[in-house]
Amino acid sequence: MKLTGYRRKDGSVGIRNHILVLPTVVCANEVARAVAEKVPGAVAVNHQHGCAQLGVDADQTKRTLAGLGSNPNVAAVIVVGLGCETVLAPSVARVIESSRPGMPMKHLVIQDLGGTDNAIEVGIQSGMEMYQIVSQYKREPIEFGELTISLECGGSDVTSGIASNPAVGAVSDMLVKKGSTVILSETSELIGAEHILAERAVNEKVKARLLAVVKGMEQKALQMGVSITGGNPSPGNIEGGLTTIEEKSLGCVYKGGTSPVMEVIEYAEAPTQKGLVVMDTPGHDIESMTGMAAGGSQICLFTTGRGTPMGSPVMPVIKICGNPITSKKMSCNIDINIGTIIEGHETLDKAAERIMKEIVEVINGKSTAAEQRRMFGFAINRIGPTM
Amino acid sequence: MVLVINEKDNVGIALADLPEKSEVKAGEHIVSVKERVPFGHKVSLRDIKKGEKIIKYGEVIGEAIEDIKAGSHVHIHNMAGLRGRGDEKV
Repeated sequence: MKLTGYRRKDGSVGIRNHILVLPTVVCANEVARAVAEKVPGAVAVNHQHGCAQLGVDADQTKRTLAGLGSNPNVAAVIVVGLGCETVLAPSVARVIESSRPGMPMKHLVIQDLGGTDNAIEVGIQSGMEMYQIVSQYKREPIEFGELTISLECGGSDVTSGIASNPAVGAVSDMLVKKGSTVILSETSELIGAEHILAERAVNEKVKARLLAVVKGMEQKALQMGVSITGGNPSPGNIEGGLTTIEEKSLGCVYKGGTSPVMEVIEYAEAPTQKGLVVMDTPGHDIESMTGMAAGGSQICLFTTGRGTPMGSPVMPVIKICGNPITSKKMSCNIDINIGTIIEGHETLDKAAERIMKEIVEVINGKSTAAEQRRMFGFAINRIGPTM
Repeated sequence: MVLVINEKDNVGIALADLPEKSEVKAGEHIVSVKERVPFGHKVSLRDIKKGEKIIKYGEVIGEAIEDIKAGSHVHIHNMAGLRGRGDEKV
C-alpha cells in the first residue's frame, strides 16, 4: 500500500496538517487556548514553563518548543508570548522559521498588543488566514525513508515485555530496513538493560555515550536518597507484576528490535542518522513523547498493558495493547489489541504484520483513538530549578 | 499456564491466576504452586536462596531478600532490585 503525506518547502514530510498555537511561557497559555478554540484545525498546547529558568534548562525548554513548532506535521504555527519571559516568542519563532522556511507563521506578544483581548483577536485573524492556506495542501506519495517513528511504552505490565514490546521490536526492525529513523527513548527504562543496547552500538563513541546517559539517569535517582521503585516501576506497574526497574527495562528494550544503535541524541534533538537511534529522555510518557515530537517524529507507536489514553498534539500515536483484558476494558483508548499473542491465538510475527498495516493506514490519514478524543499530552522535561 | 522465557530463568510468568496448591507446567518444569499467583506475576521454578540472583529473560532482574521455596509468588515482598537503590547509598 502506498504512503501519502504533505511535502513541506524545507524538504520534510508531514502526515498531518496541524495549525499549532504555541505559548512560550505559562502566562500565554490562556491566550493560546482561546485562539485555538476559534480556528478550525488548530491545536494549542499548554505548559508551566518558559520563565525563571537558567542555562541548559532554559535552552532545553526553548529547544523543545521550537522543535515542536518545526515538526513536519505542523503546517502553520502561531507562537504566543507575554513579553518579559526567559523564552521569548520572537526568538522561538526565529528558530522555527530557520528550520521550516516558508511555513505560514505568526508570533504574538501580549504586552506589545495591549493585552489579551487584542492578542486573541489578532491570533484568530491570523489563524483563519492560515487555515485557508493549509486547507488547500494536498497529499502526495512519500516513502518510509522520510519518516521518523518514535517508540513509547506506558502503563506497562508483564504483557508489555512478553507481547507488545517484542511485537513492536519486530516492527522497528522492518521500519529500519525500509529506511526510516526509529527513536527509542526512556533512559530510566534502560537501567539494567543497557548492556544489551550497548553491544549493538555502531561504534565505541555511541556505546560510551549510551552507557553514560543511563549512568547519569541512575545517578539522579540515587541523589534522591530513596529506591527508584515506586517512581519507576510505578505502583501500577508493580500491581501488574513488574517488581524492579531491571525487569521493566529488560521488557522495555525489546521495542527497539535488533538493529544497530546509530547514535544517542539529547532530549528534543533531531536525529541525524537513519536506523535506530536513542534519545535521552525520562520514562515519563508525556515528557518522552514531547521530546521525540520535538525531535521531528511524525508518528509514535505506544505499547501499553494497563492502558493509557495519552497521545500527542502534533503526531498520531498508535496504542498497542498486549493485555487482552485491558484491550477489552479500555477499548476506546486502544488502537490495536495484540492480547491475542498471550491468548495463543496469534503469533508475534502476525501481530507485527497487523501493526505495520495500521501504521500505513494512520500515515495515510486514519485517525487514532487519541486523535479522535483529543487526548493531547504535552510536557517539557525540566533539568534545572525554577528561580 | 506458566511462561518460561529463557532456560536460565529461575522464575516463570503466570499467564492466568494460579490457585494455591495447583500443579502447573512451566516449560520443562512442573511447579507445585504454594500460594496464589496473580496473572502476570512471577512464580519461582525452584528453591532460591536469600541473596541469590533472580533471573528472567535470561538476565538479572534483582535478588532474593529471603529464602524462596519453589512454587512461591516472587515479588516485592521477597525480592528487590539492585539498580537505582538510592536508599542503600546514603
